[in-house]
Amino acid sequence: MKLYLHYLSIHLRSQMQYKTSFFLTVLGQFVGSFTFLLSILFLMDRFHTIKGFTTAQVLLCFGTVLMAFSIAECFFRGFDSFAGTISQGQFDRILLRPRSEVLLTLCSKAELSRIGRFAQAALVFAYAIPNSGVDWTWDKILTLAFMVLSGVALFSGLFVIYAAICFFTTEGLEFMNIFTDGGREFGSYPIAVYGERVLKIFTYVVPLALVQYYPFLYLVGQAEAWWYALTPLAAWIFLLPCALLWKVGLRHYKSTGS
Amino acid sequence: MTTVHGKSNHTGILRKYCTYFRIRFTSGLQYRAAAMAGVATQFAWGFLTVLLYKAFWEADPDAFPMGIAQVTSYMWLRQAFLAMFNSWTVDGSILSDITGGNIAYELVRPLDIYALWFTKNFSMRAANVTLRFLPVLIVAAVVPAPYGMSLPAGVPAALGFLVTMILGAFVTCALIMFIYIFTFFTMQPLGVRMVFNAVTDFCGGNLVPLPFLPPALAAILEYTPFAAMQNVPFRIYSGHIAGWDILRHMGMQVMWLAVLVLLGALLMKKALKRAVIQGG
Amino acid sequence: MCYNKIPFAPLTGERPGAKSSDQTAGGYRLCFRFQSCRNPKHVRCFRAVYVYLYGTDFVLSETKRGYFLFMIEMHHISKTFRVARRNAGMREAVKALFRREYTEIRALNDVSFTIGDGEMVGYIGPNGAGKSSTIKVMSGILHPDMDEGTCVIDDRIPWKQRKEHVRNIGVVFGQRSQLWWDVPVLDSYELIRDIYQIDTTVYKRNLDELTECLHLSEILRTPVRQLSLGQRMRCEIGASLLHDPRILFLDEPTIGLDAVSKIAVRDFIRRRNREHGTTVILTTHDMQDIEALTERILLIGKGRILLDGSLQELKSRHSGVRKITVSHSGGETAAELAEQLPEGIVCTENQPGQSSFAVDTTRLGVSEAIGILSGKLEITDLSVAGATAEELVVSLYEEFAI
Repeated sequence: MKLYLHYLSIHLRSQMQYKTSFFLTVLGQFVGSFTFLLSILFLMDRFHTIKGFTTAQVLLCFGTVLMAFSIAECFFRGFDSFAGTISQGQFDRILLRPRSEVLLTLCSKAELSRIGRFAQAALVFAYAIPNSGVDWTWDKILTLAFMVLSGVALFSGLFVIYAAICFFTTEGLEFMNIFTDGGREFGSYPIAVYGERVLKIFTYVVPLALVQYYPFLYLVGQAEAWWYALTPLAAWIFLLPCALLWKVGLRHYKSTGS
Repeated sequence: MTTVHGKSNHTGILRKYCTYFRIRFTSGLQYRAAAMAGVATQFAWGFLTVLLYKAFWEADPDAFPMGIAQVTSYMWLRQAFLAMFNSWTVDGSILSDITGGNIAYELVRPLDIYALWFTKNFSMRAANVTLRFLPVLIVAAVVPAPYGMSLPAGVPAALGFLVTMILGAFVTCALIMFIYIFTFFTMQPLGVRMVFNAVTDFCGGNLVPLPFLPPALAAILEYTPFAAMQNVPFRIYSGHIAGWDILRHMGMQVMWLAVLVLLGALLMKKALKRAVIQGG
Repeated sequence: MCYNKIPFAPLTGERPGAKSSDQTAGGYRLCFRFQSCRNPKHVRCFRAVYVYLYGTDFVLSETKRGYFLFMIEMHHISKTFRVARRNAGMREAVKALFRREYTEIRALNDVSFTIGDGEMVGYIGPNGAGKSSTIKVMSGILHPDMDEGTCVIDDRIPWKQRKEHVRNIGVVFGQRSQLWWDVPVLDSYELIRDIYQIDTTVYKRNLDELTECLHLSEILRTPVRQLSLGQRMRCEIGASLLHDPRILFLDEPTIGLDAVSKIAVRDFIRRRNREHGTTVILTTHDMQDIEALTERILLIGKGRILLDGSLQELKSRHSGVRKITVSHSGGETAAELAEQLPEGIVCTENQPGQSSFAVDTTRLGVSEAIGILSGKLEITDLSVAGATAEELVVSLYEEFAI
């Protein structure tokens, strides 16, 4: 942990060497998700509800997923951009250090400009939390926090899978975007709007619905049973197969270049 | 005599760019695994989008500004031709050449940099889209009725689609050129690119088809270069733009293409001069 | 001491565990390692076996710990890569869409050698010969093919006990940096201190020493991007030594450096080896590095170790080699000539109007060689000299056809 903080401070210092670039990137992050927010707002303005959910409720969903994603992307960027780490030979250097390669990959990048997206998510929460018609009792506040944290775990796990695949292909696999970027974008609406089958995929294959949809039903009062609030646990269990795949991939690592 | 000479010289230049296009195009075709993954991604992405719009349609069919079949076709076309019209594919080597100062080597060559980079971009996109569009379209055509893709709305629609597609592709490339030009001035490619992507995606109808935006906003956006990209061909295909409107939009595309290329070439010249003075 | 004289007799079949089936060098090696590790008496036997089996007569320095004779032992290591083949042309590109052909590349082919504690070894070979792959295997980055072969470094198997192993080694890649581009060198060093969990007082001591030896005091507070290549390389080497490694791998450490920086780097490496007994493995294309630093060279080509010997030995072996440099005009170019040359003379350098030849005087007299050359070329000027290390290597490459 101390090592991670040390890395973080160096990342911060070296990114602050390029202040304009940093702030432009923050701005870019913000505008990027802002246009997406706008499109949700315009669509909801036109149709008022989707599958019975109101605008504020959809925004609550959007905020949860966006916040989880931005945190995961900020801290787990090392896995997300792993293809580059391998092709530039930086992973060789990681293997030359007497520390866990997972830890050092985690440390290798921290994209602090993701704060642009994070800020957006916070603003959306500021609007959606009071307007979503949820009666904010302690258990619901905890549930929301749990949803965000589990979302971070889920997206991180997906990044790890993405990185592990790079061991085999050297290039990243674009298909994983469906679950990472796609998860962020399509997770902006409660997963059930896509119909029963998609809901099943996002429940049993990639547990996004367990993080975003079932506990959300509990929040807005459509599901009474308390265990709906605990379904995000699945995201933490999901990390196990991700770690396993990473271990398998590591054995296949072929260093590149001279 | 002079004219003949001038002409042959001209075709010589064109051939240079054609050769360049061919080389880049073939090398782009090598990325098979990436393309396969891309096709799968774009198909899944398209499917989810179609499902989303169906959910909206169920919520309030009267508020729908286009037919559901038209929206579906629009979305599948968007996915099939994403590699051509997206705003985020840029040539990283060009950007690093600019920021790293390697641009000097490019200046040594007897080629016009604007035309060269334009060709580079276009060939890269053409190769990507060639690998990807057919599988997506075929699968989209096979998918059953409410989710699948329909045929073009008629012969004029089909022809108009083809012409405006090519024009739209050129407009896209001409717009992308501005990313490189901005990079000359800011030297910070990432932030500029992100803002640029966000604005282009939104105004160009990549996030949401323009008719779904509030009418006043949509009406303004129709007159921007962003609307001259994918917005036109995709709506012509499904018959949402028909009759004389097709020609009107085509005219807009030609106009924007001319404006963007001229402006881009001019700015580029300025930027290069600056780079040379700075000792780039 | 001459270990050749130690009789081999007590070692056959008498020792428990050394079955007669263990006929391979690796087999003997393993059973003796097992028995002899902590006992100096066994160490001596162990050494004798080695000398017998490998027939080398270089004398190993006594180590500080006294237990490990060989810092690095590689036995029958192979590494195969599977690479997708891509052909040029539109048709091939389309074809590759559907079927992709793979070629197996044997980067390392049955590589065996041993390196003693405190030795400095130059590892040479042309590009793509397997130098870097060997370094990567030895530093635990690559798993070699596992069908046979062992690699034990300081009593550990690099890729199995990676973390313990890398704590003991320092690696410098001449073409890559381990320093942070945008922050002062010292910040990178402090991060490395935390990564290796170096004790503060030890870190302070090492840093002071390295600062002094590498003349870093002026540049430690500068961001790396503002350093010259020579300054950066000194910082890189410093970064690799902060944790007191016993082995230092240098992969082309002098590449691209100017003469002054090269000499500074060489001096430092020599000093480090002398004062700390650090084992150094150096890959390079610069034969001056080899001449300045190493007694022993390993030549690798096409994944095989072709030669293992001292530079001196190599030189004496080629002492009969003379270099003839010829200026000539018109007529036949030397490239065509090269194929028609008789045994004992090879073309080492070939430019229009000027060529160099290496003549093996044991097979061909110098005057005969000049006669042959003047028969084929219109010579305008000529000089004869003994071979430099550069030329030795070229003639070695020629000899092994790599």
